[in-house]
Amino acid sequence: MAETKTMAVQAKPQVRTPETAWARMIRSGAMLNLLYVPALLLFCVFIFYPFFKGMKISFTNWDGYNLDYKWIGFDNYKRMFQDPEIIKVIKNTVIYGVGSSVFQNIIGLLYALFLNMNIRTRGFVRTIIYLPVIISSLIMGYIWYFFFQYQGGAINDILLLFGDQPANLLGDPVKNVWIITFVNTYQYLGIAMVLYLAGLQSIPRDYYEAATIDGAGPWKRFVHITWPLIAPAFTVSMVLNLIGGLKLFDVIVALTNSGPGYASASLSSIMYLLYFGREDAGYAATIGILMFILISIVSITSLVFLRRREVNA
Amino acid sequence: MTKNKRFWPTLLSLVICLLHILPFYVLVTTAFKEVADLSSKWMFPGYFYFGNFLDAWKEAHLASAFRSNLIVTVCSIVLIVAIGSIAAYPLARRQTGWNKFIYAVFVSALIVPPLTILVPLYKFMVDIGGMNQYWGIILLFITFNLPMTIFLYTGFISTIPRDLDEAAMIDGAGRFQLFFTVILPLLKPVTATVVILSGVAVWNDYQFSVFFLQKPELRTITVALSAFFGQYTSNVGWVAAGSFMGAIPMTLVYLFLQRYFVNGLASGAIKG
Repeated sequence: MAETKTMAVQAKPQVRTPETAWARMIRSGAMLNLLYVPALLLFCVFIFYPFFKGMKISFTNWDGYNLDYKWIGFDNYKRMFQDPEIIKVIKNTVIYGVGSSVFQNIIGLLYALFLNMNIRTRGFVRTIIYLPVIISSLIMGYIWYFFFQYQGGAINDILLLFGDQPANLLGDPVKNVWIITFVNTYQYLGIAMVLYLAGLQSIPRDYYEAATIDGAGPWKRFVHITWPLIAPAFTVSMVLNLIGGLKLFDVIVALTNSGPGYASASLSSIMYLLYFGREDAGYAATIGILMFILISIVSITSLVFLRRREVNA
Repeated sequence: MTKNKRFWPTLLSLVICLLHILPFYVLVTTAFKEVADLSSKWMFPGYFYFGNFLDAWKEAHLASAFRSNLIVTVCSIVLIVAIGSIAAYPLARRQTGWNKFIYAVFVSALIVPPLTILVPLYKFMVDIGGMNQYWGIILLFITFNLPMTIFLYTGFISTIPRDLDEAAMIDGAGRFQLFFTVILPLLKPVTATVVILSGVAVWNDYQFSVFFLQKPELRTITVALSAFFGQYTSNVGWVAAGSFMGAIPMTLVYLFLQRYFVNGLASGAIKG
């Protein structure tokens, strides 16, 4: 508070000589703000400027190279909501986001509850399950490719063993969306698990002992003690995984390259294809804006909603 | 009695591990198999054939890719830590209305993925000559990792008692000096978290590197591997060996420092 006051005094035009004004600035600590100038500069140059530029491009028919382009108003936006391909891509993106985060949280929580039972191998299991998190998701996609590929894929080998026909899993426009969701879930469920484990370990043991004395069974203890107390972990894990799934890109490139056609594309992967493949930069920028709006709405509403639930629980 | 009680959970835990290791098992069997060996991927080859590794190393230009990755990751991390930690100091210690606003601006970028501005960013990078330049992609990595970094550092500095600052000020230290001599040495734990989080993100990045480092001699591991796989999709042995080598460095670092990895993530995220 005291600092704010000195600032206000300074702002008045009572500067005597440049040296004293300078000295005052230093003494009040306002000079300290210089320390975040580099960061702010980077932000303005590489985030804000491109962002507004992108809004502008979304109202044009720019092809990405030519300097000659026209202002076409909301045409790209109208086109987007009438484009059946984009509608499908939005659906896929929601499956990647919501689907993976639901699975990650359910499995992650189950694993955490299990490991919290003083399992002897806890450290080892945690190491293994968390390992994929630190591996590039592109490489993780290639690794799973060996399972799902058509010829000689590990899953088709099993199908053949039972006398079935090999299935073209990655070429199936419905199944491949779920396969991609599965791979993303597998890779990042370790994050949910670790967050829940940390939440569980912060719950004092006496709570459970007291509840047990009062005659509460395991389910009641979970509902009334565990669940409310891991609510912050639930919020963070849900939002982190939602954002991660909604912007999915690498795994899709590795497994299907958005195909067949655009059947398994997410908003980020179709944006890439439209820009570099079809030279439709104006439209691609519009999809970027859509993605920005979608992710902000989903993550902010879920954050607010889950935070409020934390308080009420 | 107790022994029996602990037997089943332990067994279950090992089964879970087995399921999670499965993809890596298939990766290994595929990587060590000769091209002519068409046995199932589930079958262990019974021999170790290193030809795939040599070929993939050469054909995917992995040597130069590793060098690129190292340059980009090390430079990015150093600058992320430097720029992020100094930026957090005034934001944590001088909470004026304006500074609170600046902090909100930095942190709000956590929610929105930078990929959404890909099109204008690409054009902008072409305009400033940052395409196919290490400095171009490094600046991007710094910018996109700053929100998390500033968030972590600001939170951490706020927990350092102000008495410490005052004591140092009485001893005659200036505010800048104070930061470098008193605060900075205390930031080691949070710096470890920042290095790990941003290091993993930068090292494994594909979605930016593939756009901004397209020249073959500048490609990072992920970009080199994806270009290689595009050419040789049918040669799974090469693909597997390439993936294997690409995943090894991070895996080793993780296995040695896993406590920091897991704790860092949990501490960084819970505070959010």
